[in-house]
Amino acid sequence: MASLIGFYSLIFGLCLSFIVVLFSIKNFRNSLVFDKKILSLTSLQLFFVITSFLGLIISFINSDFSNETVFNHSHTTKPLFYKISGTWGNHEGSLLLWLLVLNLFIFLFLLKSKEQDKNYRILTLLFQQVIIIGFFIFIIKTSNPFNYIFPIPTEGLGLNPILQDPALAIHPPILYLGYVGSSVIFSATLAATSLNYISKNWAKHIKTWVLWSWIFLTLGILLGSIWAYYELGWGGFWFWDPVENVSLMPWIALTTLLHCILILERRKILTSWVIILSISTFTLSMCGTFLVRSGILNSVHTFANDPERGLYILIFLFCLIFLSLFIFFFYHKTDDKQKYDFFWLSKESSILVNNWFMMYFLVVILIGTIYPIFLEVINSEKISVGPPFYIKLITPFLIPFLFAMAIGPKLKWIKSDIQNKINLSIFLIISFILSILIIKNLKVNFLVNTILVTSALYLFLVTSKEFLIKGINNLAQNLAHFGFSLLILSILFNNFFSTEVITNLKIGETFKSEKIHITFESIEKKKINNYSSIIGKININDPKGLNQTLEPELRIYNQPNIVTSEADIKTNLFSDKFITMNLVQNQDYFNIRYQIKPFMIWIWLSVLLICSGGLISLFRKKI
Amino acid sequence: MKNKIFFSVVIISFLIIFFVLFKGLQNTNIYTPQVDIKKDIPYFEAKLFDSDIVKNSNEIFQKEKFYLLNIWASWCAPCRDEHPILLELKDQVNLEIIGLNYKDNIINAKKFLKELNSPYRLTLSDENGIISIEWGAYGVPETFLIYNKRIIKRYVGPLNLNSIIEIKKFIE
Repeated sequence: MASLIGFYSLIFGLCLSFIVVLFSIKNFRNSLVFDKKILSLTSLQLFFVITSFLGLIISFINSDFSNETVFNHSHTTKPLFYKISGTWGNHEGSLLLWLLVLNLFIFLFLLKSKEQDKNYRILTLLFQQVIIIGFFIFIIKTSNPFNYIFPIPTEGLGLNPILQDPALAIHPPILYLGYVGSSVIFSATLAATSLNYISKNWAKHIKTWVLWSWIFLTLGILLGSIWAYYELGWGGFWFWDPVENVSLMPWIALTTLLHCILILERRKILTSWVIILSISTFTLSMCGTFLVRSGILNSVHTFANDPERGLYILIFLFCLIFLSLFIFFFYHKTDDKQKYDFFWLSKESSILVNNWFMMYFLVVILIGTIYPIFLEVINSEKISVGPPFYIKLITPFLIPFLFAMAIGPKLKWIKSDIQNKINLSIFLIISFILSILIIKNLKVNFLVNTILVTSALYLFLVTSKEFLIKGINNLAQNLAHFGFSLLILSILFNNFFSTEVITNLKIGETFKSEKIHITFESIEKKKINNYSSIIGKININDPKGLNQTLEPELRIYNQPNIVTSEADIKTNLFSDKFITMNLVQNQDYFNIRYQIKPFMIWIWLSVLLICSGGLISLFRKKI
Repeated sequence: MKNKIFFSVVIISFLIIFFVLFKGLQNTNIYTPQVDIKKDIPYFEAKLFDSDIVKNSNEIFQKEKFYLLNIWASWCAPCRDEHPILLELKDQVNLEIIGLNYKDNIINAKKFLKELNSPYRLTLSDENGIISIEWGAYGVPETFLIYNKRIIKRYVGPLNLNSIIEIKKFIE
């Protein structure tokens, strides 16, 4: 029943799209004031999409296996929370969520943009409806979440156990708010370009949307990364997997866009940058959907592979790209005389430098992700691109980028001179000496790493000083930049100082080395709803007197039959103790992997700091 | 004028990208194994893992038997996950498992096999990753099922329970 309602709501939603488009075109041509009916129709459409989504959630809660999506991804013994999160843990449901967020954002946009020009609002709505219609047809035609199966199966196939996790349950909705939030920026930019509406005022208005999507995107990536850290079981948090890259690319574009908007708020320059970045943020999000969902790349997020789906998204994506290129080239008028009317040493030029660095990082990641596809098509040669590629290409450029980031914000608009030269050089010397002291005793490349750590420490010191002295003044930017420097430092130190012990132990045995004793004390078996678990008690003893018991867990899920290994992590301010245990086939041994990961928590905290920078910028504007 | 030329160039390059992705979509050989069928295995020479003997692919795959070439590394976490599955396939009569150790530290790799047991009849070493590239590997782990010097099926990423069933079916 719920499925049926859900399906018909989808159809109604699609019909409403066409009606909204008709009304909007009429309103656009014939009237001077915004037609209230359009707003009501849009809210009605939102209502239908919400109903459809609720219909799917209810089918999941009731374990209604006559619905194919529910049958494929749910099971009666699954806890309620994961039944609900299972709604978007699959291809069909997650697309419905896309659609929901698309509708939600345009509705909010219409509500919040009342003081803007009528034509601009309507045109934004029209562009957004083009995207919405595209997704409606995509869902109904190729990935209908409400397919009926007969005879009705008595039991479902279950949700992949590694997806049954609190962080991952909320990761997709948050990430989608960021991804799809960029659709409004895309539509609004296209509308503004066509109407030649881009101005300082417009920048102020669009900045809110940029900030919201940016915050959600950042949080979404953070959640995914935390999940990978404790669930995938080897203590890494970023794998340069295509699907991660695909979320990082829109983030980079969006971050760059944010900086351009900050300039545009003050002076009408860099408009081309703004337009291109808005377009690329959304098309990169779409491109991500294409790469991941079409099965052209293989990853943990590939739910189901169907060439038809891939083809549809591909065509749709390129239609949007061509549409936006057309608008950009034929409607966008640059004011040539204002173009680069600033001194080489100024805030504007430092942001331009930032832009170019960001674009470089973006291109590296883009090439790393899609080059293998190109090569395979062109001469059926196959290559694999892994972390070393990204690390080698990105790290050297990170150094000047960090230095520019330390100095750039201190410059003034239009023309500037570096002030406090003495202060800045003292900081440079301090950070250089500190990094030599840190790197000296490590077995890593001395020169490169010293310079890298110097630049990160330098940014850290400069931003902390700003933070302490100026405080509230410019808090948002200081917080975000400080967070970024902390992030880079934590990642670097985490890389340098991580240690690891891998060993096989029987129950009762002890692994001994100079630094550490690991005793496998006992195991305990438990039976929980949809899995049975084996919890190991492992005692860690080191000569410094630290004595800790860690309890990693193995979960054997019944449906589908998969064993997952749950790490036990003890976190404190300085380091994480991370332990996993695995079965060794046909033996009494357990494979124990114990890692000490310094500054892990700071990686998460610094990303939160970066986000809070965005939040403060949002709310301070309103006060 | 300049604008128009620029516009055309951009449009054409996007069209090319579209075409390439479109083609790429058609031969996603990860999911349509037919594409790989009858593809000959590449010729290569590799050093044995624990000695200096060099073997070439003709020697390794000479018998009329199924072979499973598994690309692995001790630093690769999913390899650890798929290891039990390889061990389970180890005793299949008509199947030989060949390990190709990809860009690895030899000490760590030996430790890895000592801990988890070796499922491999032969372990080859691919220190600089060139052999894996010749095989067209996307990354580690990756596994190729070979018969009569031809690739029958490839598995990108770790093997799972379904792959065991599939492999056993092939062998029979």
